[in-house]
Amino acid sequence: MTEVRAIYTLWLREVKRYFRERVRPISSFVQPALWLLIFGSAMRFPSAELPIPYQQFIYPGIIAQTILFTSMFMGISVIWDREFGFLKEILVAPISRGSIFIGKMLGNSTDALIQGVITFMLGFIIQVPIDLLVFLIALPIMVMVTFGLVCIGLTMASSMTSFESFGVIQSFVTLPIFFTSGALFSLSSAPAWLQAVTYFNPMTYGVDALRTIILGGALQPLFPLYIDILIVGGFDMAMILFGTFTFSRRK
Amino acid sequence: MEYVIETKDLTRKFGDLIAVDHLNIEVERGEVFGLLGPNGAGKTTSISMLCTILKPTSGTATVNGFDIVKQPAQVRKSIGIVFQEPSVDDRLTGRENMEMHANLYGVPSDTAKKRIKTLLKLVELDERACHLLRTYSGGMRRRLEIARGLIHYPRVLFLDEPTIGLDPQTREHIWTYIKQLSKEEDISIILTTHYMDEADKLCSRIAIIDYGKIVALDASNNLKESLGEETIAIRTSEARELSQRLKSTELVSKIAVSGNGLTAHVKNGRETLPRIVELAANAGIHIGSISLHEPDLGDVFLHYTGRAIREEEGKEYHGLTAARRRAVR
Repeated sequence: MTEVRAIYTLWLREVKRYFRERVRPISSFVQPALWLLIFGSAMRFPSAELPIPYQQFIYPGIIAQTILFTSMFMGISVIWDREFGFLKEILVAPISRGSIFIGKMLGNSTDALIQGVITFMLGFIIQVPIDLLVFLIALPIMVMVTFGLVCIGLTMASSMTSFESFGVIQSFVTLPIFFTSGALFSLSSAPAWLQAVTYFNPMTYGVDALRTIILGGALQPLFPLYIDILIVGGFDMAMILFGTFTFSRRK
Repeated sequence: MEYVIETKDLTRKFGDLIAVDHLNIEVERGEVFGLLGPNGAGKTTSISMLCTILKPTSGTATVNGFDIVKQPAQVRKSIGIVFQEPSVDDRLTGRENMEMHANLYGVPSDTAKKRIKTLLKLVELDERACHLLRTYSGGMRRRLEIARGLIHYPRVLFLDEPTIGLDPQTREHIWTYIKQLSKEEDISIILTTHYMDEADKLCSRIAIIDYGKIVALDASNNLKESLGEETIAIRTSEARELSQRLKSTELVSKIAVSGNGLTAHVKNGRETLPRIVELAANAGIHIGSISLHEPDLGDVFLHYTGRAIREEEGKEYHGLTAARRRAVR
C-alpha cells in the first residue's frame, strides 16, 4: 500500500510539474504541426506509389514521433532531479527503487501521452477521417508505444552524467529510432538493408499499428495488428523490467 | 543508558582513500550530538552510512536499534534527514513538498495534515506554504527542509551542515528551532558542522573528527577545559617588575616576558584578572592594557586538527560525478 501511494505521489509530481510549465504544451504542438503542415504538404508522391496524400500518410508517424521525442526528452527529468538534489529525497525514502522507477515512468508517460493526444487532434486540420471511435482504439496503442519509449529515456538518462550528454542521446538514439521507424516513408519502397534495420526497431510496429487503426484499409499494413500489439507489448514488458533492474542497481 | 546510535568499527573507503576509519560512537537518547571536523574529514560520509545511503566497506552500526546494513528500510522509516545540499522540488509549493514527503513515508493523511500545519508554523512558513519553492530564499528552503524531515515523527534527526551559507539572522532562527525541537519532541539530533559557534550553542556532546577518526569526544566545556589554562596578556612598561611580583604569588602558574609584554597562564581567569590589576596598582605599576583569553571551541578544534588548510581535491568533476562527490562528501 505504501508503495502504491509512493508511486501515485511520484506520478502526481510529474504531472503537476508538466502543467506548471506552460510553454511546453504549446511548443510541443508547434513541432508536429510544422512537420504535418509544411513538410507533409511539400512532399508529393505519384498516386501509384502512395494511394493517400503524403500528409495523411505521415500523420500516424508524427503522432508516434511526438511521443518519442517527448519520452526521450522527459528522461532528462532524472538528471534534473539529481542535479537539483531532489533525487536524494526520493532515494532515502523507505520505498523500493522499483516503485521510484514505476512512479517516474507513469508520470513521464502521462506527459508524453498528453503531447501525443494534442498531436492526434491535428488530424482534424489535415482532414484525416478520424472520429471518437478511432481515437478510443488508437489511445491504448499510444499508451503502449509511450511506456516502452519512456523507459528507454529514463534508463539512459539515469546512467548519464550531465545535461550535455543527453544531447548525445538525441543524435544517437532518438533520431535513428525516428528515421528507421517508417514514420516518414513507406517501407515497401525502401532499400532492403533499411527494411532489415526497421524490423529491429520497436517503434516500427507502433507506427504500423497506429497507421492500421487511423488510416483503415487505405494502406496495406506491414503486419497484422495483433503482431504489432504483441511486439510493442513485449517490448514494453522487457523495458520496464530492464529499467527497474538498472535503476535498482544504481547507487 | 539507552543509545539511539551505536557504531561498531564503521569504515568506508573510496579507492585508496579511507574516508571513515573504524568509527565508534554512541549517541544517547535525547541529546544533540555534534560531528565537528574540517572539510573532507568524513562527517558527511559517516552520516550517509548511518542514513543507509552509502554502504559501509566494513563494520556496521545500529540506528534506533536497527542494523544499517541488514535493516535499511526500518532505519529509513525511523530517521529524518536534512542534507547539506538542497533537496526540494522548486516547481512545487512548500505544502506540496511536505505532502509528498508524507506520502513517501506512508504517514496517514489525516495525521499528516495536522503535522504539516504544526511544523510549518514551527518554522514560520505557514503563510508562504502555498507559494512555489522557487520563490523561497535559501534560508526559507532550509527551514522547510527541516520541517519536512520531521513529518514522519522520526526518532533521530540528521542535520548535515544545517546552516551552511546562511546569513546570521537565519542561522540564529534555525538554532532556535533546533533547540526547541530537542526540548519539545522525543528526538535525538545528530548534526555535522564546521562552525564552532553552532556546535557550542547546540550540542550536548561534540565529536571532533579528522581523517575519518574521532580525535576528541566530550561536552563542549570539558573539551575547552581539557586544553588547559587560560592566559592573561598585559602590556606595561614595567613588565619585568610586575612579573617578579606576580611570581611570588599563587595567582599565576607560568609567566613569560618579552619587552613591554607579559603573558601569564592562570587558572580562573575572570577572578584572577582583577587581582592582578589590584596588585599592580598597589605596587604603583601602571598597566597599559590587559586582556584575558579563554580557550574557545575554535582553539580546541585547531588543537586537535592542526592549522593546515584542507584542500578539496583539485580534480575537476562534472555533472553526475560532481553531484555524487557532493553526495558522499
